This record gives sequence, structure tokens and C-alpha cells, in this order.
Amino acid sequence: MRIVPGVLAEIRRHLAAAYPTEGCGLLLGTRGPNGDVVVRRQLPVPNRRAADGGGRTRYLIGPEDFLTAEREARQASLVVVGTYHSHPDVPARPSAYDTEHAWPWCCYLIASVAGGEVQEERVWELRDDRSGFVERELEVKES
Amino acid sequence: MPVTVHIPTPLRPYVGGRDTVATSAGTVGEILERLAADHAQLRAHLYRDDGRLRTFVNVYLNDRDIRDLAREGTRAADGDEVSIVPSIAGGAVAVATALPELTHAEILRYSRHLILPEVGPGGQRRIKAARVLLVGAGGLGSPAALYLAAAGVGTIGLVDCDTVDATNLQRQILHGTGVVGRPKLESAEARLQDLNPHVHVETFPVRLTSANALEILRDFDIVVDGTDNFPTRYLVNDACVLLGKPNVYGSIFRFEGHASVFHAVAGACYRCLYSEPPPPGLVPSCAEGGVLGVLPGIIGSIQALEALKLILGAGDTLVGRLVLFDARKFRFRELTLHKDPDCPVCGPNPSLHELIDYEAFCGVGATPAYEGPEITATDLARDLRENPDLELLDVREMREWEICRIPGARLIPLGQLPERLSELDGHKEIVTHCHKGIRSMRALEILQAAGFSKVRSLRGGIEAWATEVDPSVPRY
Repeated sequence: MRIVPGVLAEIRRHLAAAYPTEGCGLLLGTRGPNGDVVVRRQLPVPNRRAADGGGRTRYLIGPEDFLTAEREARQASLVVVGTYHSHPDVPARPSAYDTEHAWPWCCYLIASVAGGEVQEERVWELRDDRSGFVERELEVKES
Repeated sequence: MPVTVHIPTPLRPYVGGRDTVATSAGTVGEILERLAADHAQLRAHLYRDDGRLRTFVNVYLNDRDIRDLAREGTRAADGDEVSIVPSIAGGAVAVATALPELTHAEILRYSRHLILPEVGPGGQRRIKAARVLLVGAGGLGSPAALYLAAAGVGTIGLVDCDTVDATNLQRQILHGTGVVGRPKLESAEARLQDLNPHVHVETFPVRLTSANALEILRDFDIVVDGTDNFPTRYLVNDACVLLGKPNVYGSIFRFEGHASVFHAVAGACYRCLYSEPPPPGLVPSCAEGGVLGVLPGIIGSIQALEALKLILGAGDTLVGRLVLFDARKFRFRELTLHKDPDCPVCGPNPSLHELIDYEAFCGVGATPAYEGPEITATDLARDLRENPDLELLDVREMREWEICRIPGARLIPLGQLPERLSELDGHKEIVTHCHKGIRSMRALEILQAAGFSKVRSLRGGIEAWATEVDPSVPRY
């Protein structure tokens, strides 16, 4: 997955500010015929679990937020290619909960955040048979 | 004009990349079923194994959520639009990338797990993917490691820097007579690999400290605390809280055992229960107070059980509960634990953001041990021959006195010494002794403070006497 440096910087700022709650958002971009994904915009979305106290270890992007994102993407001739969220004080790999609730053909960028600073980002994609995630390479590059 | 079904981006690859699919009128349930029948791969993403729609699949008729209408019985007429809209959920909490497959040998070995509905093949693969770290390969770590290895936990980490001592064998069932004097991790690894060659054992032959704890714990999903001292217990707790890991806790003393799961993101941590350690010396260790050998077998097995439940996500774990077991009365009691809003490490306004000096926090080594005059066992043997007036004062407990004693010694247990000073003759030379030389130094301090001047402590205690002077005295 390729991401524009400015977009990644915005994501980092958002997730660092959300700490110790999980921050989340959607990634808009393009997906080529051979599966190459390029992220061109990020769309921060309110974590619908922050209000009920579950936001320290859970995030939820509501359907209306997803619809808004699809609309915005369509206007910019982009599609929703993935989501991003943070794991406060936990490594940037998918949890069992992530696997259970994941969507296919959707890149999951997970950032581990410790003490309010983003430590690392990793990108995962759900296997077609839902048996788990495979890691994808993250390339930071101006397109 | 047919019904238009809007497909969200993540599902478009399954319908030939299209964003809409046209279909004929019917209930929403029928329309989705038709869609899944036409595009087989869609089914797993829309429906759960039990045939119900996944929680995070939202369906709208025009712009209304079907949950507010007649759910899947909602009718879509020609010209209507049905939209499948994902909500996206997830979040932290250990375990699982792609789950590993089971080999034929593993399927055979774990068959009793595989036929258990709560485990099954999926659960067993989770167990195989799991990484559990055991801090301590002693009384609690032994049964915990054996059961976790037998259960097929894919990676078992062990932290311990001790060697096997003959006194360990009464309860530390990972180790055998043939390995006395060898490093515990060496015998533990051999035993676990013999029990189950499918598990990977990672050994850390070091003392867990503030300098290495985060680095070691970071790569594991679950930590099992089998430590026997307060500084390490607080260290394990704080490191687990900082890393967001569950800490499966156990402790034992004589006939009593405690167990809990401290997982700060879900419940109380060890500091919520005990904000401060007891004063040094108040709570005796197993080496000082003794422990019934089978007790760590019970508590360590409870820890293995809880670790497996955490891996499987099955049942109610001991998060937020402390179990107290009294072996003499055979009674389990349960206390509800509440998160302390002022907890310095897991509260909403934590003051601890990194690991600290736990020995200083627990008062261990903060004040240097009292240093008074000592005498070696060989010199004591000579002095006893030459000076019949020499008073040998044994400050151990009565039980220890019954195991062995030095001829001519007088017993006054340390706890009684301050009240029984009048029994001692201040003009005589006095040598205090205990098991290994620690308590006798405390006794020396008491005697000197009371004005006794001709006092010394037997260096290495009766242990040194047994090895250097009189081998007929048993060691314990």
C-alpha cells in the first residue's frame, strides 16, 4: 500500500491527539487492477465507542460515517480503500476482535501509540476466507 | 424498474467490481440471499456461520435502516434502493494474525480439545498462535508451563535465572533429581520439549528488571506471574499495564493461595488491590514460612486455566475477581476487585508512565542490611571447644529447631527475643545463629541496641555449620 507522506503525517497527528483513546478514520484512494492500493486522502471519523467508555480498546466507525466517506470519495473520483486506527500501548498488529469484524478488500492501517506518540504503522488485509490478516508493505511516497 | 442494490467498496470485487447490482423485488432477506447465491464468496462476509447477518453489516432501504423497519422482512419494491453499508469495528487486545494450521500429528494429539465445543479446531489454532510468558519456572511456573505446553500453546517464554536446588523438588515438578545444580531453564526447556515437541520454548535466563521487562514482555500476548517476591510482582504488574497485557496472577503461602487476572483495560490491576507493598520482612517468603508442595500445583493450574480462557475468549475469566483458596478448610472464597480511580499506573490520571526502581519501592535494599561482627562456622567450632561459657543463641523457629540444632545451643525465636532479653547473661560472649545468617544479624542488632557488647553472628547460619563443621547435621 502506498501512502502520500502528507496524508500519513495527518493520520499520525490525529492518532497521537486521540491517545489514550483509539482514534480511527477511513482511507480514500485508488485500487489498481492488480490490487495496488494508493491512499490519497484520510478522513478522520469520530470513534463511536469513545462515548460509552470502550474507546480505550475499541473503535467503531458507524454506517452513516461510512456513507459520508463513500460520497466524498465518489466526488473526488476515489474509493474507500481502507481504514486506520490506533492501538494505544499495544503493538500494531490485528487483534482477534479486529479479525472477527474485518471487511475484505480493505487495508487496515494500525498504528501503535505509546505515551501519545505514534511508534509504528503496519498495514494488514483480511484474507478472503476470513481466516486472518496478511501484512502488506507500507510504502510512503509522493505519487 | 428493478430493485438496485448498492455494494460498498470492500465487497465490489465479489460482484465483478460493480457498485450496484440490479435484482427483482422481494424482502430484503430474499434479495441478500439471492445476492449471496449468485456470488458465493460474498456469503462469508455478509453472514455468520449460523446464517445470521453479521453485526457490522447494515442494510438500508432507500435511506432507512431496516432495523427500524421490518428488518430482513422489509419489502423492497421495484424502483427501491437497497444499500449494504459497513460499519467498521476493531481494536486492540492481544492474539491472532493469520491463525496457523494444525498438522495431522497435532490434530491427533489435541483431539480431546477439538471435540470440545468451546475449543474446537478454531480454538486450538488460537492456542497454537498464542504466545504466553511465564515469569518464574518454580512452584507456580512448573504446573502452569506443563499444562500450557501440553495444551499446545505455540510459544512459551520462560524467565528465570536460578539453578535447581534439592529443596525445590518438593513442589517444582518441572525439575527432577538428576538436574540439581543445573539452570532451571535448561531442565524446564528439556521437560517441555519432551512433553510436547510442537511447542516452541523461548528462554530468558535473566532476572526480570526495569531495564529488560518491557522488551521481554512486549512480544507476548499473556503474562503468567509466578514470582515469589514483591519487587518483581509490582514490576510485572506495571509492565503489563503499560503494555496493555493481561497478567495472570498467583501467589502461595503455607496452605493458602491467591489467583486473579489483572488486565487493566478491563478491570483492576495488582496496584488497585495493593497500592503499596508491605514493609520488608512482614510477609515471609516460602523459603522462610514454608509451603505445602501440592498448593502451587493447584494455584499454578488455575493460572494455566485462566491463560487458556483468555486465549480462547471463552467463559468468565478472573478479571475483576480475586480467588482465595484455603487448603486446610478446603474453601474457595471470591472477592470482587474494583479499579482504583486513584491507581497510579492504571487510573485515569496515572502518575507512573514508566518502570521504576522496584527494590527501592518495596524497601528492599533501600537501607543496607545491618552489618555486625560475624564468626565463621570453623572458628565457632574452635571457640566452643575453648570457651565453655560461650552462649550459642539459636533465633530460628521451633519447627526448624526440631529439624536440627547445634549441640549446646539455646532457642529463642527472633520474634520473642525483645521480651526475653533478661534470660541472657550480658557478661558472657554470645553468638547468634539462624538458618542462613540473615535473622541472626537482626538478632545481633537487637542485642547490641540493648547494650550487649560481646556478640557475634554465625556467618551462613546452621547451613554453614552443616557443610563446614558437622555433616551429621541435616541441611534443609
